[in-house]
Amino acid sequence: MGHPEAAARFAADDARAHWHDQALWFVRLKRDRQAHALPEWEALRSCAAQIKAHTVSRLPEYLEEFEKNALAAGAVVHWARDAEEHNRIVHRILSERGVTRLVKSKSMLTEECDLNPYLEARGIEVVDTDLGERIVQLAGEKPSHIVLPAIHKKKEEIGALFHEHLGTKEGASDPGYLTEAARGHLREKFLAAQAGLTGVNFAIAETGGVVVCTNEGNADMGTSLPPIHIACMGVEKLVPRLADLGIFTRLLARSATGQPVTTYTSHFHGPMKGGELHVVVVDNGRSALLAAEAHRRALSCIRCGACMNTCPVFRRSGGYSYGAVIPGPIGSILSPARDPARYASLPFASSLCGSCSDVCPVRIDLHSQLLAWRGELAAQGLVPAGKRLAMKAASVVFRHPALYALAGRVGRFLLRHLPRALLYPRWNAWGRQRELPPAPARSFRELYDGRDDG
Amino acid sequence: MDSKRAILEALRRSAVPAAPLPEQPAPIRYADPEKQFGEALTSVGGRFLRAADAAGLSAQLAALEPFAGARRMVSLVPGVGRSDLDLSAVSDPHQLEGLDFAVLPGAFGVAENGAVWVEGASLPLRALFVIPQHLALVVPAGALVETMQDAYRRISFSGTGFGVFVSGPSKTADIEQALVIGAHGARSCAVAIVG
Amino acid sequence: MAPTPTVGLFIPCYVDQSYPQVGLATVRLLRRFGVKLHYPREQTCCGQPMANSGCDAEAKPLAERFLRIFQRYDHVVAPSGSCVSMVRNHYHRYLAGQPGFERLRENTFELCEYLVDVLGVKRVEGRFPHRVGLHQSCHGLRELRLAQGSERVVAPFDKVRSLLGSLEGISLVELTRADECCGFGGTFAVAEEAVSCMMGRDRLADHEKAGAEVITGADMSCLMHLEGLARREGRRVKVLHVAELLAGAEV
Repeated sequence: MGHPEAAARFAADDARAHWHDQALWFVRLKRDRQAHALPEWEALRSCAAQIKAHTVSRLPEYLEEFEKNALAAGAVVHWARDAEEHNRIVHRILSERGVTRLVKSKSMLTEECDLNPYLEARGIEVVDTDLGERIVQLAGEKPSHIVLPAIHKKKEEIGALFHEHLGTKEGASDPGYLTEAARGHLREKFLAAQAGLTGVNFAIAETGGVVVCTNEGNADMGTSLPPIHIACMGVEKLVPRLADLGIFTRLLARSATGQPVTTYTSHFHGPMKGGELHVVVVDNGRSALLAAEAHRRALSCIRCGACMNTCPVFRRSGGYSYGAVIPGPIGSILSPARDPARYASLPFASSLCGSCSDVCPVRIDLHSQLLAWRGELAAQGLVPAGKRLAMKAASVVFRHPALYALAGRVGRFLLRHLPRALLYPRWNAWGRQRELPPAPARSFRELYDGRDDG
Repeated sequence: MDSKRAILEALRRSAVPAAPLPEQPAPIRYADPEKQFGEALTSVGGRFLRAADAAGLSAQLAALEPFAGARRMVSLVPGVGRSDLDLSAVSDPHQLEGLDFAVLPGAFGVAENGAVWVEGASLPLRALFVIPQHLALVVPAGALVETMQDAYRRISFSGTGFGVFVSGPSKTADIEQALVIGAHGARSCAVAIVG
Repeated sequence: MAPTPTVGLFIPCYVDQSYPQVGLATVRLLRRFGVKLHYPREQTCCGQPMANSGCDAEAKPLAERFLRIFQRYDHVVAPSGSCVSMVRNHYHRYLAGQPGFERLRENTFELCEYLVDVLGVKRVEGRFPHRVGLHQSCHGLRELRLAQGSERVVAPFDKVRSLLGSLEGISLVELTRADECCGFGGTFAVAEEAVSCMMGRDRLADHEKAGAEVITGADMSCLMHLEGLARREGRRVKVLHVAELLAGAEV
């Protein structure tokens, strides 16, 4: 199923789609308030974009610098070419130490690698500890949004889920009550865990440290109780210097959730006393993206989710309609780079309104990239034949003004005289909910007085 | 070929045009950074306290229910609160579970977002900032920067080291975007500027 | 004094065929400000539908035609932000390096932009005593920067609104979402019909809630979508292009 069909299904429940739209619009408004509180906002975005452009221009050097400093700080650095190798490395670290209980904080990379099922199949209990992620994990689902994983779920549904799994009162749906229940449940998991896994928001070449940002404190619980910390990062997470974080930490939470900063911004250099820190550096398609000049800028993404919150299509079609680990505008340019045929409908799941490009804290030209992808998909023959044919025909007509004028006259005549039943057949997608444009007796070129001035 | 070399070589195959590191833009300046800090902290669910000295702070904390009602407390700030646990005898962070309150030193505060920099070196156990049910961070007067750009100029890591910016209490909005304070970490976070 | 520049009038294909009154209003308005107009009749379509569908091979000859037809003018003006953006922001993919292209690109303007930036118009004589909702078409807003846009932290400005606001008796309503997309999006309107129509209805509802009797904007394509929805549902709100309001339309 492509995006249009999945989106139509989501939008068919009008009340729910509007509820989803409003919830995310609320986040967009919070983002606006935070952005407008800083006169230097646009300069921060430019600065962040330039730091990212610089970093990817010297990525191998910075990765080696990072590794050297991380090792010096006492971390172990692992390298994974793809998802499979990443999962194997994580599993090896855990199994060699006899770990059977792992707590995880949010990491889109491990979603991308499908780590959870890999570990579970090998007898390791994996508990996602971000509340939203725990909700979708208990429901047997995937996150529908990269920052707000359970944004598609109503509190009544979460109440029912918690009643079943955590023994909360039947019918209880108060968010405070449900969060409190999750706190108790997950605290037990934190205390029992033998290892904690986190994603990485930023890795600092200059110091060899990794930085993790959360609001709940779940990454901190998961890395300060069990002695083993595994941090998984894509190669693009690097920043050159510690000072660069002064820019990114000002942008990230403001863009993501409309907070001035995340509650916890934790900097790890080496393990805690008596513990271990393993950093897994993952490529999994990123070097290929770096090679694609037209799409390289997508590597700058800091996973704030602002493009999803602002996207009028995402808000009304839901994260699942994209059928990809990362949905929304950024997902629609990352996914086709992995598998053009499978994700061919995503670059078209946009009105190209450009709002995503204007909220992006690292100035990724998202809507231009969506357009560029359309061209590449068409060149690969991955655009529906009907659309292709229609455009070919239209192009021929538009190249011949007399033919165009004639086609216009005939078209308008038919529009005026054909019965409605013929004008609005089932396959007329325009006319399903809309009237066709008016068909005046004479076009502009027929009405224009023909008097060119001077 | 090992994976590290394979990845680095794959990355090196892309001829990415050189791009210089930019200058940072001049950050906002606040007329009254302390006032801004208090407002930012309040906006993220924290409580702002201002005291002349440890005694004054103790009196203010005593008026807060989480502090007054705490059965098990630790303090790393001399003259403020008490320690019901001998931290020098604790080696396993699991023993910290059950702490109701912790009073910890903060190195400095950040006016734009109410965050406090807590240095790992100041904590005998890293978990101290996140396990206790409630938290008070004590920042010396004058130790306030305006923005994160200024903050990172004050931080350095040499080798091993942990540090965390804490901005208010732990929170989540994962259920219908309804803000709930007290997700996994502290249920309340008071920040006191003292001196 | 420099000779009066000659303006090539670019009337987008769907305006030509479905909304000739918008083209005529554009002519009246530009002539009122003393503009010397030419309407080259061999023009058809700028190729945007093909380009936005990824069909670059089909778009390229239309871009080349456009350059051939319009490069003889000092300025090119169109009552459409989207089609102008096609020339200014997207033609380089087809025409980069071709003689005359850079000049064409720099001298192609959306109507309101031309009035404000090139002719320096501050005020348009006329009366429109109605409550009006301004729909910010995305390409005009975010690709031509006809206004600041709600996302960006820059000094507020709005070229279309400044002209409309100068009409006597007009009352411009405030929307809850100042510049959300209407969901037209070219072939998106058909390929993603469900979401497109929901977006359009949400815009209509926002305008109606704000008390707009008339919805206007600088792009007839968005307005065609909104009008199609409004007409089907029997809504009372009227839809008019900004050129019609500025040229003295009555409702």
